[in-house]
Amino acid sequence: MCTRCHKVLIAPRRKAGMQIIAVSVAVVVLIIAASVFPFLQISAAGRVNSVSIMDAALSFTQGPMLVLALLTAGFIIFVPLLRMLLTLYVLVPVVLDRAPARHAIRAFRLSEALRPWSMAEIFALGCAVALVKVADLATVGFGPAFWMFGVLVVLVIAQDSFMCKWSVWNSLEQPRQL
Amino acid sequence: MVCMELSGTASTTVTAREAGLVACTRCTRAWPLGQQTCGRCGAALVSRDRGSLQRVWALWLVGLMCYVPANTYPMLRTQQLFQVDESTIIGGAVDLAHYGAYGIAAIILIASVVIPLGKFWAIAFLAVSVRKTGGFASHHRLLMYEVVEYIGRWSMIDIFVVAILSALVQLQGLASITPGPAAFFFALSVIFTMLSAQAFDPRMIWDVQAADDEAPDNG
Repeated sequence: MCTRCHKVLIAPRRKAGMQIIAVSVAVVVLIIAASVFPFLQISAAGRVNSVSIMDAALSFTQGPMLVLALLTAGFIIFVPLLRMLLTLYVLVPVVLDRAPARHAIRAFRLSEALRPWSMAEIFALGCAVALVKVADLATVGFGPAFWMFGVLVVLVIAQDSFMCKWSVWNSLEQPRQL
Repeated sequence: MVCMELSGTASTTVTAREAGLVACTRCTRAWPLGQQTCGRCGAALVSRDRGSLQRVWALWLVGLMCYVPANTYPMLRTQQLFQVDESTIIGGAVDLAHYGAYGIAAIILIASVVIPLGKFWAIAFLAVSVRKTGGFASHHRLLMYEVVEYIGRWSMIDIFVVAILSALVQLQGLASITPGPAAFFFALSVIFTMLSAQAFDPRMIWDVQAADDEAPDNG
């Protein structure tokens, strides 16, 4: 509130907080489901192979490629998952009017530092390119995880743009007095 | 200095540094100069990162060194019946263009050749340009920095394509795709250039501008 004219300069966005929490929970569920269920399936001349996202991430298996496998798995699954969990950890107490959770500040800082390394949407575009490459080689079928991942990418982007970092930092700095 | 306000005389911009303040680059809170860590989020506070350029160049060089084997070694090893095909990044794109998939060939060429090379050039340009005054408008330099930082992650698309293809195309005897050593180097190259871009301190751009403004305006 402006001290001079009492105009509301910024309103507490409890509703926005709940939206972010809802989206984050949805993303956590989707990430776990999408990485376990079959993602894509190809068949050619009677031979079928279906893979999950986990298989794709861990497909680099020989020697130094193992490092790459871990990195890919991290970028596609674990970093987005960790960011969502950190967001929930930070936001739930704030939105519910509780004192911030212990280490909430460090958690939020980590989550912000990890932002560029969360690459779910890039993986989605990678899928499109890979599909076109394989399309003439074999028949491609989509597993349930494919659709989950599609929804997931949209939600991750939505979650990122809903969240006002400025107000989160503010509420962490000045915890609500009970 | 252009002033957007309608009232009064044009004022000059006061930088946080001149006002004796330093802003946290993580959470944007301002603190008095000399404070070591941000009291709000705990990130380290530096008004101007002196070692920034050194780190930028070191990471840039590693990224460039990884980019060379990424292009010379094969990226994909395709086995179809008894025929084994090894293709590099550029070779793969050329093959695709031969099959008539110009769109995909263009995406691959842009994502794994044009963008990485452009990124190397842009980071080098920024790092050189903050050393000398004049030349290029500061706002364009900042824009360039933001584009480089944003676009860096997208180069990983090639690695993901290789990962998907080599997990998916495993039809015993009929066709199989395995990743080549280039994938490893390419991923490293992308990661190091991302780190290099993050090490760059964009505030240096404005220091050069301040120096420019004191000299006759040529930006």
